[in-house]
Amino acid sequence: MPVEVLDDGRKRIRAPLDDDDVRELHAGDVVLVSGMVYAARDAAHKRMMQLLDEEQPLPFDPVGAIVYYVGPTPAKPGNVIGAAGPTTASRMDAYTPRLLDRGLKGIIGKGNRGRVVRDSIRDHQAVYMAALGGGGALAALAVKAQEVIAFEEMGPEAVRRLELEDFPVWVVNDAEGRDFYQETVSPWRRDEELPEFLRGTPDHTETNGNGGG
Amino acid sequence: MTVREIEAAEVTRVVRELCMEICYTVPQEMVDLMKQAREKEESPVARQILDLLIKNQDLAAEGEYPYCQDTGYTVAFLEIGQDVHVTGGDLSDAINEGVRSGYADAFLRGSIVRDPVFDRMNTGDNTPAFIHTEIVAGDQIRVQIDAKGGGSENKSRHRMLKPSDGLEGVKNFVLQAIAEAGPDACPPGIIGVGIGGNFEWAAIIAKRSLMRKVGQPNPDPQIAELEAELLEKANALGIGPQSLGGTQTVLAVHVETMATHIASLPVAVNLECHAHRTGTRVI
Repeated sequence: MPVEVLDDGRKRIRAPLDDDDVRELHAGDVVLVSGMVYAARDAAHKRMMQLLDEEQPLPFDPVGAIVYYVGPTPAKPGNVIGAAGPTTASRMDAYTPRLLDRGLKGIIGKGNRGRVVRDSIRDHQAVYMAALGGGGALAALAVKAQEVIAFEEMGPEAVRRLELEDFPVWVVNDAEGRDFYQETVSPWRRDEELPEFLRGTPDHTETNGNGGG
Repeated sequence: MTVREIEAAEVTRVVRELCMEICYTVPQEMVDLMKQAREKEESPVARQILDLLIKNQDLAAEGEYPYCQDTGYTVAFLEIGQDVHVTGGDLSDAINEGVRSGYADAFLRGSIVRDPVFDRMNTGDNTPAFIHTEIVAGDQIRVQIDAKGGGSENKSRHRMLKPSDGLEGVKNFVLQAIAEAGPDACPPGIIGVGIGGNFEWAAIIAKRSLMRKVGQPNPDPQIAELEAELLEKANALGIGPQSLGGTQTVLAVHVETMATHIASLPVAVNLECHAHRTGTRVI
């Protein structure tokens, strides 16, 4: 399905994505995501790498897929899911290029990606989008169905198929290699109040280690 | 002086209630501070983000969905009166039982693995809790529970500075931690800073400072001044809510200090996101 541009400038996409969809998404765009996406985070990624090492199939077809880094809370009776906001993406940096090699097109998480992943996203014509960090309750409202499809024993880290409807995210790293976080901060920085070493736009993404959520 | 007996089951009940409550409803001062940040924020995009976060806060308080899917490490701070005798069970077990039943019954996520490197198997019930106890005067137990998010915890920093680094060194280290955390620690947040003590106490007092009512300055005017300066400078970084640029990166900076060694200047920076989930009861 082609990317739909709404009157207010937001863009609406539906998973799976192809190269043409991805090229219409630019750093800073607010995007509404619909369709089936796959929830996977730390433990599931580690296991998926083992499957790739053994040349076994992944729990889902990665070609054109969107992966959402989320470990939801259990659903209360009558609800589809519990809180379902994004977790820190950089913890998946070690795994992401291999999934991009297999055709992954979209990633939803929060926070910075390292240089290797940003380059890999550009080289594979993919897109990394951020959801509202710590907005778990609001995120739940956009999830219309969920089903655990692999690694059930991992509990909140199991791989889930999530049906999203107009889930709001913004594009951080696009297929042209732009990084929205780098572009947004500098206009608001008051360098004259800061110590010398923190002035300008330092790239912290290679040194900042871990994240969570 | 008579000894007051407190049933372990009472501790369990209180811990359970706090866990169930705080993951949905954050303290009123967080609600107020987010609204103030919305008023002060200069970036239009950041104002939209703050509107969404306030909406998320309101939605969570309705009780259907927790504020954040990361319902945290359960950190328990207990001040135990020296005239208290806990009966009918082990105190740590009582706390963990409260966590276990609270997390299950409030549909909260178990986020704790039983060991860090070997099998990383999820315990399923968010136990064990991370427990700090202090013996104080009196015959009561004060229980404070914090559901501490992993994202901001992971961006926390500790360093043994040299005494010659002085106050400037401390300020630089704190600001660097905030700058490096960027979007990963889910700004706008609260910064807990521990200065002095030894290796472990710097971290403990940094965490303990986060347990203070948010935005309440340290009673020592010198430290309060440092808190205000760090807040101002942190917000000069321009990171903004969700790191999309803006003037409201940090809602409050809390500093605690402690005696230290003639050779040492330990500093710990414990970051906390906007999902500041904490509550207190006195038994």
